[in-house]
Amino acid sequence: MKKVLAAPYLVWMVVFILVPLIMVAYFAVTTADGAFTFDNLAAVSQYANIFIRSIWLAAISTVICLVIAYPLVVILARINVSYQSTVLMIVMLPMWMNFLLRTYAWMTLLGNNGLINMFLGLFGLGPFRLLNTQGAVVLGMVYNYLPFMILPLYNVIVKIDKSVIDAAHDLGCSNFQTFVKVLLPLSIPGVMSGITMVFVPAISTFIISRMLGGGSNLLIGDLIEMQFLGNSYNPNLGAAISLVLMVIILFIMVILNQFDDDEDRVLM
Amino acid sequence: MKKNLSKLYLALVMLFLYAPIFVLIVFSFNTTKSRSVLSGFTFDWYIKLFHNELILSSLWNTIIVAVIASIGATILGAVAAVGINGMKRLPKTIVMQGTNIPIMNPEIVTGVSLMLLFVFFMVRMNLEMGFVTLIIAHITFDVPYVILNVMPRFRQMDPNLYEAAQDLGCNGASAFFKVVLPEIMPGIISGFLMSFTFSLDDFVVSYFTSGTTQTLPITIYSMTRRKVSPEINALSTIIFLVVVAVLVINNVIERRNLRKRGVIK
Amino acid sequence: MSKNIISLENIAVSFDGEKVLSDISLDIKDKEFVTFLGPSGCGKTTTLRVIGGFLTPDSGVVKFDGKDITTLPPHKRNVNTVFQRYALFPHLNVYENIAFGLKVKKVPDNKIRSRVREMLELVNLQGFEKRSVDRLSGGQQQRVAIARALINEPKVLLLDEPLGALDLKLRKEMQIELKRMQQRLEITFIYVTHDQEEALTMSDTVVVMKDGNILQVGSPVDIYNEPKNAFVADFIGESNILNGRMVKDLLVEISGVCFECVDTGFGENTPVDVVIRPEDIKLVEPDDAHITGVVKSVTFKGVHYEMQIESYDHTWLVHSTKAAEPDSTVGLTFDPYDIHIMNKMEG
Repeated sequence: MKKVLAAPYLVWMVVFILVPLIMVAYFAVTTADGAFTFDNLAAVSQYANIFIRSIWLAAISTVICLVIAYPLVVILARINVSYQSTVLMIVMLPMWMNFLLRTYAWMTLLGNNGLINMFLGLFGLGPFRLLNTQGAVVLGMVYNYLPFMILPLYNVIVKIDKSVIDAAHDLGCSNFQTFVKVLLPLSIPGVMSGITMVFVPAISTFIISRMLGGGSNLLIGDLIEMQFLGNSYNPNLGAAISLVLMVIILFIMVILNQFDDDEDRVLM
Repeated sequence: MKKNLSKLYLALVMLFLYAPIFVLIVFSFNTTKSRSVLSGFTFDWYIKLFHNELILSSLWNTIIVAVIASIGATILGAVAAVGINGMKRLPKTIVMQGTNIPIMNPEIVTGVSLMLLFVFFMVRMNLEMGFVTLIIAHITFDVPYVILNVMPRFRQMDPNLYEAAQDLGCNGASAFFKVVLPEIMPGIISGFLMSFTFSLDDFVVSYFTSGTTQTLPITIYSMTRRKVSPEINALSTIIFLVVVAVLVINNVIERRNLRKRGVIK
Repeated sequence: MSKNIISLENIAVSFDGEKVLSDISLDIKDKEFVTFLGPSGCGKTTTLRVIGGFLTPDSGVVKFDGKDITTLPPHKRNVNTVFQRYALFPHLNVYENIAFGLKVKKVPDNKIRSRVREMLELVNLQGFEKRSVDRLSGGQQQRVAIARALINEPKVLLLDEPLGALDLKLRKEMQIELKRMQQRLEITFIYVTHDQEEALTMSDTVVVMKDGNILQVGSPVDIYNEPKNAFVADFIGESNILNGRMVKDLLVEISGVCFECVDTGFGENTPVDVVIRPEDIKLVEPDDAHITGVVKSVTFKGVHYEMQIESYDHTWLVHSTKAAEPDSTVGLTFDPYDIHIMNKMEG
């Protein structure tokens, strides 16, 4: 009887999630007139360099996020419990600002006449070209998605029993050994969901690359956006690119899942 | 020594996170449009902001869409969660996996797939994308978060609670409203708040499904595309202060509740 | 003879094709303390749920006071339940939890207030009205759950392993208190447990269950002294269970030695299970006994010593107030009426 209550939601899911995804697949393999074709998918290969750049920049950003977040979370988890939630809130607070504004903030900082170049100018350095570089794109990704790495890591690491760490020391592990043999393996579920939660938005972004990368550092997201709302209107090609993007992400998630068979994956 | 190192690291990360925002705030009071030189103090940009029709109307749109979409998603999702909870293991797993799709899918794909759907049917009915499509799109990406917030409440609930209410004289419906609903209410509320913030904040999906309707993030995007505009600095400052205020109030309330329940002193 | 308050007639329940209760029938008398006893998965909680109305049996009839209530929903039954983990409503305080049943029935407020006060007195929780239920100890939660059920003045109270989560000392106290409560209120308690000691201490009648079947129904004394088969004997207290052969009436062969016994009617040369309680075995000089064994271990248990004594084909469990020397050889004897003969169980 109760099951009936899920019906409206199931209908909604089918109409607004499943059908649209099927339409993406359908558009990907048809021409504008609706004839079946593999041309769109074949055309995606022309953009191999953009795909590689997107994967590369997203991967670098993910690694940097992990490297910054892990020690931060370990420090956070050690703080006195009564301050912990406050410090965590302060760390997460910038995430609540709209990410366009956060990215815009870096635009003004990195510009040729921005604050950083002016500061360097005081020492007679520069001005350097900081904006419209791949470095700026990576910086933007790290800045925007760092919280997505911190949160799942924190949720896992804070629950690790402190006595397990003590036990490792007691059994003769050095700090480093304790980290490698105990802390890291126990935090793998958090690491994995952190990686997913940073990598997926990073590989598909189009705002960060457009605002911080200038026109020369196109990513997959820009490519898709251009086919739907940009100058080169071609939804069939856009659908094909989206399809390939989904397949890539699915593939990467399947690989990541090999490391993590935990059912209750840590989401937010 | 080690403790100081930790503090230094924490401070560096904080600097990285907050410096850009504080620069924005400082320059929102600058008299010139310069991004590096402070020339004087003014409230001009704030005044201009409050006279900017486009910003005000898109703020209004954003709030309306967020309110309608989050209420809709909360009702749809909470009712669905009750239903899903009553399912057998296998269908439950399938539905929950399906619920994860919009969360794990890149936003841009959700955006363009919905756009394809809307355009396909709208063109045939001579309609244009706008408020309605925007709300539908927002409900679609909000619902999973409501469900994911409510489902764990069922898992934490004593499985006999519903039966205990029946045992004490409630029929099925009143047992649900008297006992089960209060138990899952915190999940429903946090699902609603999450939906509301995601709707307020959403740019990518809105960008593809809004037609000519402008929400605040879309307006901000078009402003950043043009040249420097200190009005954005002013807007950022206001939004930042609102966020800080909301989080501080939330934190205070939470602490008070915890203290009331005797969890902390 | 008092009347039957609950009658189960040929109740069968299966989940996903697996039989949980197979065709059980049972009469429960009014004002009785009845315990369902058995290992986990034996169907005792399922039987309780059938009586409570949370589960409709696949076949069979449940009668309450002679009336068929098989399909009556739980809220219309004059039966209340104390759940395994209490199922207190976390959003309500102690007072509101206890008052719940009466509020649902729209009893006037002043009447509710005085009834709740009576209940708090009954379970010894005066002054806890405003307390939030998650700030109570396990024992206190237990009492609230009992008060919440009893305020509805049920004819029958169902208790599903209610003491399982409490520590040993508290459990003993609550056992006595529950028994006292049942006698004072003069209603039927149906109690589910897997703890044989608990069952023997509290009950008027014990129902031993296994694999969805009722093995034996009887008073604690009957069940302990005259277990129907080896399973019951083993489950109710510690036992020595041996393979034996009924030579003829009043004579049984154990370990190749013939013993006099008091049982008749098993036929001649029939294989049987023989049960001898560890406290019924006496240790004597080896020369004075037909069975001898070597003392393998001696453990002090407070009131008595528990010893394992190995004869050539069996390890005997013996309880005695005197300890034997480890590794010494001792003789074992027992009286004819301490030898319990039972048919071999099928399967």
